[in-house]
Amino acid sequence: MKILVTAKRVEDPESKIKVKPDGTGIVLEGLKYKINPFDEIAVEEALRLVAKFPGEVVVASVGGKEVQEQLRHALAMGATRAVWVNHTGPLDQMGIAALLQKVAEKEKPDLVILGKQSIDDDQNQIGQYLAEWLGWAQATFASKVESFESDAEKNKVPALTVSADVKTVRVVREVDGGLATVECQLPAVVTADLRLNMPRYASLPGIMKAKSKPIEELTPVGLGVDVTPKLTVTKMMAPPARKAGIKVPDVATLVQKLKTEAKVL
Amino acid sequence: MPTVLIVAEQQPDGHLRKATLNALSAGKALAQKVGAELHVAVLGKDVAKVADELKTYGPKVVHSGSAAGLEHYIAEAHAPALADLATSLKADYVGAAATAQGKDLMPRLAARLKAAMASEVLGFEGQGADVTFTRPMWAGNVIASVKLTTPVKVFTVRPTEFNAAEPGPAGEVTAFSPKVDAVKTKLIEFKEVKSARPDLSEAKVVVAGGRGTKGDFKELEALADELGAAVGASRAACDAGWVPNDLQVGQTGKVVAPTLYIAIGISGAIQHIAGMKGSRVIVAINKDAEAPIFQVADYGLVGDLFKVLPELRAAIKAAK
Ligand SMILES: Cc1cc2nc3c(=O)[nH]c(=O)nc-3n(C[C@H](O)[C@H](O)[C@H](O)COP(=O)(O)OP(=O)(O)OC[C@H]3O[C@@H](n4cnc5c(N)ncnc54)[C@H](O)[C@@H]3O)c2cc1C
Ligand SMILES: Nc1ncnc2c1ncn2[C@@H]1O[C@H](COP(=O)(O)O)[C@@H](O)[C@H]1O
Repeated sequence: MKILVTAKRVEDPESKIKVKPDGTGIVLEGLKYKINPFDEIAVEEALRLVAKFPGEVVVASVGGKEVQEQLRHALAMGATRAVWVNHTGPLDQMGIAALLQKVAEKEKPDLVILGKQSIDDDQNQIGQYLAEWLGWAQATFASKVESFESDAEKNKVPALTVSADVKTVRVVREVDGGLATVECQLPAVVTADLRLNMPRYASLPGIMKAKSKPIEELTPVGLGVDVTPKLTVTKMMAPPARKAGIKVPDVATLVQKLKTEAKVL
Repeated sequence: MPTVLIVAEQQPDGHLRKATLNALSAGKALAQKVGAELHVAVLGKDVAKVADELKTYGPKVVHSGSAAGLEHYIAEAHAPALADLATSLKADYVGAAATAQGKDLMPRLAARLKAAMASEVLGFEGQGADVTFTRPMWAGNVIASVKLTTPVKVFTVRPTEFNAAEPGPAGEVTAFSPKVDAVKTKLIEFKEVKSARPDLSEAKVVVAGGRGTKGDFKELEALADELGAAVGASRAACDAGWVPNDLQVGQTGKVVAPTLYIAIGISGAIQHIAGMKGSRVIVAINKDAEAPIFQVADYGLVGDLFKVLPELRAAIKAAK
């Protein structure tokens, strides 16, 4: 089975993001970068699937040369090879999806797994754009029913179930009011929710091996894609701050405040 | 005249999803800013009743599209049918509530319409063609204004940021016949997570628990029942399997804005706060006085939740 996964470079989710006083962007000093957490889950799921259905996991990222770090991370986890679409400058979801479409058409994978959203843009769009433009089935917000403490997790069973003939995939999706199981014909696009799996750590041998795995370089021009953004951020602001609250000494004071001051009881 | 088209959502049980009413009032606000007519579309196997309900909220037209083959929501089937409708109406803006369905459907619809899209919109700025959408980025650490420059513009709105639409002058209902192509996805099963408590997204009071509960939600649930509240949770509590996943509040879970939110044994990671900081009154109970949750809490109580919870329930009962 051949699986294409994506690895966006994003700010570490632990870092404190601050808006520049002039509202033109965020303060970059001191930020650390990581693979988008949802994408790490996508890579993990792909690795589990190819363990069952031998083949390869190709990881793709769009960005400047620094995104090679995230590609190496995915390679160290066990991905087979990487595709880097080299582009510096602004990109929007349509542009990235159009590039990924070209990569998918070139690679012809059985399955594309992306994160459900990037934790910087928080758009939650690219997987769906990609599925529509490829004309493929989509299953967003892939999730797993069992808890991480279950035997299933310990035994690292894939949460996406691919049929023995590799013609369909069953995906459990988190939706409002419950869980929906859908069956998609392959090739399909799946987006990963946080609960799909717990990504492995890259092993030392994995990190060593990743150094010699190939990263193929492509460009928007080479792929024939115009990435001029159709979405532009005109201004950034800090969110409105909540007014400072108080600490109460005991339950009695809390209940009295909730009743007479906040009037919520 | 420009057209704003709002896509309504029918729940699996056939009812209108309440968040649609929030999307409708967002649609009204946008229509006013750009001088547009407000239209609504609803799609499903049989949507006549929902269409009649929708017309009472003041849209100009409700487009009612019933068809066999649409009994279950599938993005692949709904997106082309809605794209055809939006194109025939020459809709300039197409929006919906950022529910699980809205988040799944609208980007696919946008792709079909070659439209740029803004997700989880909080409000609109400017007038006419210069309208920008405000939306959160980096788990709500940043509020951005974004401009979309494609002819058609697609968006989802965060339901908690807009009041539910009020009844208005009744619009007309027109039926259309959605074309339903064969799709490559089929629904195998929908497992409803049933709860006797109010729905988390709509509850006036939410009592939420985190890792600090060590998996013991009994006292917390008893407090919720005393308050007629919904139960919510942090990611840590959901991941551990202590409560169902759909109770997760935060960047990747539900965004809630109740009158009262009580966070119990939750540290207050930015990703959690992203989902509850719009609450009117926030109470935090945590044994660590330095926990970040206290920075957003109106009332903080430093203490052991196992001791505090029974006392709190008794005191609330007595205060009623
Ligand atoms: C991409 C991404 C998305 C995420 N999305 C979400 C999301 O949507 N929602 C979410 O919640 N998290 C999310 N997270 C996870 C988030 O970063 C935190 O890890 C999580 O919120 C922590 O949960 P917690 O507060 O329950 O646990 P902890 O951080 O472990 O906090 C437990 C708290 O309980 C207190 N405590 C312990 N014992 C007691 C006691 N006896 N009495 C009182 N207090 C006690 C402790 O002092 C501590 O403050 C996300 C993370 C990432 C990377
Ligand atoms: N620059 C990029 N390179 C590769 N994949 C990306 C990039 N940006 C976004 N993605 C993928 O698209 C998913 C959804 O992103 P978004 O729609 O921006 O929230 C992410 O989880 C990534 O898997």
